[in-house]
Amino acid sequence: MEQTPLLKVNNIEVIYEHVILVLKGVSLDVPTGGIVSLLGANGAGKTTTLKAISNLVKAERGEVTKGTVEFEGKRIDKMYAPAVVKMGLIQIMEGRRTFEHLTVEDDLLTGAYTRGHDVKGIKESLEMVYKYFPRLVDRRNAKTGYISGGEMQMCAIGRALMAKPKLMLLDEPSMGLAPLLVQEIFEIIVQLNNEENVAMLLAEQNANMALQFAQYGYIMENGRVVLDGDADTLKDNADVREFYLGLTEIGKKSYRDVKHYKRRKRWLA
Amino acid sequence: MAFFLEVLFNGLLVGIMYSLVALGFALIYKASDVFNFAQGDMSLFAGLALVGFLTVMPLWLALICTIGVMTILAYGTVFIVFRPLVARPPLILFMAAIGLSFLVQGIGQSIWGTQPKGLFLGIPEITFDIKEVFLNTFDLTFGGVAGVLVVGLVLFFQKTRTGRALRAVADDHEAALSVGIPLLRAWAVTWMIAGIVATVAGVAWGSRLGVQFSLSLIAYKALPVLILGGIDSITGAILAGLVVGAGENLAEVFLGPYVGGGIQTFFPYLLALLFLWFRPYGMFGKEIIERV
Repeated sequence: MEQTPLLKVNNIEVIYEHVILVLKGVSLDVPTGGIVSLLGANGAGKTTTLKAISNLVKAERGEVTKGTVEFEGKRIDKMYAPAVVKMGLIQIMEGRRTFEHLTVEDDLLTGAYTRGHDVKGIKESLEMVYKYFPRLVDRRNAKTGYISGGEMQMCAIGRALMAKPKLMLLDEPSMGLAPLLVQEIFEIIVQLNNEENVAMLLAEQNANMALQFAQYGYIMENGRVVLDGDADTLKDNADVREFYLGLTEIGKKSYRDVKHYKRRKRWLA
Repeated sequence: MAFFLEVLFNGLLVGIMYSLVALGFALIYKASDVFNFAQGDMSLFAGLALVGFLTVMPLWLALICTIGVMTILAYGTVFIVFRPLVARPPLILFMAAIGLSFLVQGIGQSIWGTQPKGLFLGIPEITFDIKEVFLNTFDLTFGGVAGVLVVGLVLFFQKTRTGRALRAVADDHEAALSVGIPLLRAWAVTWMIAGIVATVAGVAWGSRLGVQFSLSLIAYKALPVLILGGIDSITGAILAGLVVGAGENLAEVFLGPYVGGGIQTFFPYLLALLFLWFRPYGMFGKEIIERV
């Protein structure tokens, strides 16, 4: 008997404004304490998948019309987003989205909203966040609109951590950050995964980075999952190597050869 | 000099009422991007409700009941009128607010009638003077109440968990929802606060001028205040209300005679126009933090 996964997305379909079909049957699992990545190009449906799970699609006039989303064995696809956060599933949206007129500390504290007036627990969490992101300590009284992009991303992750999540949905944490900073952020994500036992579902365009840190991966195109497998298997898959990692059998592709040899994907999108 | 101070003080005391009305606008605009056209009608509604309750119960109970009614109105507005309009363009929200203003007015008048009513709170109106500056107790009482309310609101927004959540909602609705702040409830709380503010304004104006339809027009007095203060600024609403109140009174008394009087009615708009030319986001409009 296989252990039930922490998150189970079962063949969901998402429609925006009652007409636009964005997801056409997406299924995926995230095991307890695992790191799973969701890869795909712009417009493949990664963000919509995450928002369907966290129930934020409703705030954009979208709707899960078919399929189910289960978290810890309970259906959450009809719930209100804050109730899902209270259960321990939180999304860190693309583009960081800190509250720019709030100070870093106030911003972090908003993450603990669902925990009510547990003053002592919240204070401990705040200290934990500062431990993982020591850079935020110096900026705690600065408005988040004035801190750097990397600090904003740290603030956004820290804020999510304040909710004591069991699963974090991260949407493009690498976006717009310098490579070194991306490396640093990913290392912290892995550290949080190990030490705080937070499972991660990571939507990324940076396939290289995502497959390096994840155990399992799904590849999306046109609102469907077209391929999934262990991160190592995916890394070795010829199509993934060519289309997502920019590698071919002979190393970097030379544009001189493009005319003669055009590889076709072996899946149908 | 004493006369100047007297005109100034009386202007400020009227101004603080403008502040209250503008504050209601600013709170709701900040939190939910709705330009709440119904703010004046909410004041009228609260005034009518209070007069209605006063016929059957003592003042303190009537005040509590009025605030209860305004709370129900706030929740109803958010959950019935605005819930289906989540993520719609601002113009649609604005139209909904205009519709709401007529609805609130209509409901209020159909329950409590359209006749102008007197509202007597039993606050004595005694005129006294400090070094020949004449003031009266009635205006001072309401000035004090408004002041306490404003300080209370500032503390609430800065120091409490709910206040912090409301500030987060004002910055980014979706991000607030993503961290678990229930958006609709946050909006309802904001409307409720605006309702309480509207109540104080409605009661203050109502007991001075009588509770009648024209009470809903105080909303228009708040428009120049909003332009002056910045539409999404609480501090702005308060200070601009004082500036407008003092300004129109001073202008009326000291400039009025030269042009035949009546400056009071349009002076605030003139001031607002000047601001639109030189500082369109007002004195304290939200600084737009743009990352380059």
